Amino acid sequence: MEKSYIVKQISIFSENRPGRLAAIAGALRDAGINILAFSIAEADGFGVVRALVDRPEDAYRTLTDLGFRVSFTDVIGVKMRDEPGGLSDIASILGDAGINIEYAYAYSGKDAAVLILRVDQVEDAVRQILARGGELLKASLSR
Amino acid sequence: MFWNREMETIRSSELADLQLKRLKWSLAQAQKVGLYQRKLKDAGISPDDIRTLDDVEKLPFTYKKELQAGYPFGLFAVPLKEIVRIHTTSGTTGKPTVVGYTRQDLDNWSELIARNMTMIGLSEDDVFQNAVNYGLFTGGLGFHYGAEKIGMTVIPSATGNTRRQIEMIEDFGVTAIHCTPSYALHLAEVAESMGKTLDTLKTGIFGAEPWSESMRAELERRLGVKAYDSYGLSEMYGPGVAFECPERDGLHIWHDCYLVEIIDPESGERLAPGERGELVITPLVKNALPLVRYRTGDVTRLMDDGCACGRGQKIERITGRSDDMLVIRGINVFPSQIEHVLRALPEVGEQFIVYIDRVKHLDEMTIEVEMSRAGFSGELQDLARMQKKISGELHNTLGLRTAVKLVEPETLPRFEGKAKRVVDRRGAI
Repeated sequence: MEKSYIVKQISIFSENRPGRLAAIAGALRDAGINILAFSIAEADGFGVVRALVDRPEDAYRTLTDLGFRVSFTDVIGVKMRDEPGGLSDIASILGDAGINIEYAYAYSGKDAAVLILRVDQVEDAVRQILARGGELLKASLSR
Repeated sequence: MFWNREMETIRSSELADLQLKRLKWSLAQAQKVGLYQRKLKDAGISPDDIRTLDDVEKLPFTYKKELQAGYPFGLFAVPLKEIVRIHTTSGTTGKPTVVGYTRQDLDNWSELIARNMTMIGLSEDDVFQNAVNYGLFTGGLGFHYGAEKIGMTVIPSATGNTRRQIEMIEDFGVTAIHCTPSYALHLAEVAESMGKTLDTLKTGIFGAEPWSESMRAELERRLGVKAYDSYGLSEMYGPGVAFECPERDGLHIWHDCYLVEIIDPESGERLAPGERGELVITPLVKNALPLVRYRTGDVTRLMDDGCACGRGQKIERITGRSDDMLVIRGINVFPSQIEHVLRALPEVGEQFIVYIDRVKHLDEMTIEVEMSRAGFSGELQDLARMQKKISGELHNTLGLRTAVKLVEPETLPRFEGKAKRVVDRRGAI
């Protein structure tokens, strides 16, 4: 049951220099893959582009074929009300459940805003959030 | 001034006799080492075939990579109980080159340093700051012992903490300093920023990395010293092999201790007098680690004209390398060492490029490495950990801090034939 809420994020290694994001985004465009959300994490001279896409397997293959280093990362998407207090509600649930966030990013979609979370105990987090009335993005939505 | 006038001004006929006698002794010493038993046998030559100095050409060369094969003590000609000191220097790949010294070796070495320092007018009246790495690097203890031998007041300041170094020069009234030329320039800059004029300082001994005449002029102007070039290599004890006299037109190499040849590095043929080529040295007094026709990789020439100081034939200041060895912050680095480290790491892909820059007069090495396919978990902290691991491994082997830059796979240039993996952007100093 928990597994159906585990979303596959693609993580792409990228050097920190102009044009790298354009190369990644261009490749996804050419393959007709839609990006639902993304973020960039940067370290010393390089970064990781993290993205939720509608066809993660295809995105993986497309980017790998072009020579990118890509891997899948399990994340969860928590739906938020797209109005003041939406993030606060969700953050309280996570805090009460003792879930530690490794990183997070968010997007505001057509029906709701979504907070994408990378946590260490992902299945446990899914149970805790559902038990406290949180609503999670179905993994199938991003396929 | 002379430390050992008799040896330093020995007449050429007497010198030749002494060299031949010592060459025979040195070959006998080398015969105690498995490597030389094999090499001489393979070359079909026995030490008895060496009857004149020119016969040395019949002997095989010794290459740095052969020293590595004997790691750690395989090339020592004496039992370990007679070895009183060990230093190491960079090898061509993973393991360092180990140099052993008997008590006699240490005496010989400090004798040479004493000659050099006396030659440029230093004496027991001088206060000497030895601002090079102590420890396994030969520059520290080598100069230390030589300076003590002539009775100088020695400050083993070693490297680092530049402001403290400057305070010591001022507070202790330091008259002579030994360091790398690039560190000297850094020292000058920091002293200037502190408003210190370092008035007591009058002599600078600079070595371990190549430096130019314009660098000499700058160091002399900014530090208020007379600057002297020092040459040596750990395989020949360390610094002290050759040194400038007050004429500062070439370096006196100590012919009673080192038999010198200049060869064409490609053909191995000896070059005509005065021609520039690779310096090959057969040490004549080394006990623990005797070597035969050692290929130094340093490019120079023998100078013909005699010297006003009355000492023997000089070599020109080193003008380059016949191989790809790099000198970074005074430390010798072979690209093959870097390759050896990187190839052993599964996280590292096929290609790498080494960039060397000079930032504020100090050398910085940056290595771009391609990530391997296996190396990416998707997590940023794993990448940072990988970066740290790679630079840690390099530090272990090279003794140098390096900046490691992870780059995307298949983005570094590919080479057909010989790869050019090193980009030295320092320019001449």
